Amino acid sequence: MFSLFNWFRYASPQTFYPLAGRMIPWFAGAAAVFAAAGLYVGFFVAPTDAQQSEVYRVIFIHVPVSWMSMFIYLVMAAWGAIGLAFNTRLSFMMARSLAPTGALFAFLSLWTGALWGRPTWGTWWVWDARLTSELILLFLYLGVMALQAAIDDQRRGDRAGALLAIIGAINVPIIYFSVVWWNTLHQGASVSLTRAPSMARAMLAGMLLMSLACWMYSIAVSLARARCIMLERERHTAWVGELAGSAS
Amino acid sequence: MNAFVAVLRRDLLLAMRRKSDVAMTLFFFIMVASLFPLAIGPETALLRTIAPGVLWVAALLASLLSLPRMFETDFADGTLEQLALAPAPLALIALAKILAHWLGACVPLVVLAPVLALQFGLDARAIAMLCLSLALGTPLLSLLGAMGAALTLGVRGGGVLVALILMPLYVPVLIFGAGVVDADATGMGAAANLSLLGAMLAASLFLAPLGTASALRIALE
Repeated sequence: MFSLFNWFRYASPQTFYPLAGRMIPWFAGAAAVFAAAGLYVGFFVAPTDAQQSEVYRVIFIHVPVSWMSMFIYLVMAAWGAIGLAFNTRLSFMMARSLAPTGALFAFLSLWTGALWGRPTWGTWWVWDARLTSELILLFLYLGVMALQAAIDDQRRGDRAGALLAIIGAINVPIIYFSVVWWNTLHQGASVSLTRAPSMARAMLAGMLLMSLACWMYSIAVSLARARCIMLERERHTAWVGELAGSAS
Repeated sequence: MNAFVAVLRRDLLLAMRRKSDVAMTLFFFIMVASLFPLAIGPETALLRTIAPGVLWVAALLASLLSLPRMFETDFADGTLEQLALAPAPLALIALAKILAHWLGACVPLVVLAPVLALQFGLDARAIAMLCLSLALGTPLLSLLGAMGAALTLGVRGGGVLVALILMPLYVPVLIFGAGVVDADATGMGAAANLSLLGAMLAASLFLAPLGTASALRIALE
């Protein structure tokens, strides 16, 4: 298998740069298609909720961005772990390029949650378990980004950021459960893997479509960011020189 | 093991020689705790309710303040590189430095806490519970803090950065630690909180020195 297709070929920025460039339009296009379909289902197909009327439609953004904010943190920590274990340059670049997107999703999750909470709960913010742990997740992202930015030595910044992301990933479940036990007002999870979802099929479809859209968007944006990081770090190499020469 | 004892003794000796550092941490603790009644008002009932939380936050900030000293001077004069080259495992040496930090910076806070708790009008049982929670929780602050201190070693704006990095990691300690007194006072029993603190302490006693050692190696290379 490995002789047919050498995966490690794309561990080098020189070969990954053009590959990423070819992949970005596909993922961006998929994100646009999924978002259009998800928004259509969310706004026109999904029925009005019996208890919350139209306000509930925030979940078509809120739930996908919350999922992605947690998922991206794990992916970032995994890239960091791969980088620390195998010392691959590209892994650190991917970890670095994912952090801003994850922080953006964590922020959007809090923001849309507040917009939903005001009409439903009558308050912008409550010190509830899930809100608090999402806020702490945002702080974790900001900590990783601040640490990476504060260290001038690029190699040390990469490795320190990766280690902090791993430490944070180990702590995420502890933080989550500590906050759950501390206080819980939030309604139970509407979607879980162990039981049938307690919502209309169209609502679920809209939410899953929007999740796919967020996923594709994250891949496209982080690849684009990784391409910038690659160019910046490899600017002294021959292949970037050729690239710049052919562009001008 | 010799290296462990040697590093522990050296760090404690250094802490004894620099008494102003210990005193500064203590005064910071007292000042933060005393500012709250001034800001909130002298109502005894209210102060009694918020006392465990206030004292926990004050202890957390005070220990945070003393963190940069854990590795900074050794890093600046090259001692840390020699320690990293020593045959003893770096994690063991890190554990000795963590223990020295706890003894030098956090134990005084635990000893002083009852006095401040009296100012807030806590009764004897609540004070005992507070001290117990601090005695179990502050080693955790030192262990987690060592990782933050090692990651930000010699970095621009290290003091603020270490706070930003560590605040999320400190959240579970703060929740369970400050919850001990309330859980005991409301009759729920503090056993669950204390057990969780103990479990986190056991886990990080093993993991945090390893994390600190890898962070130190990243900083030193």
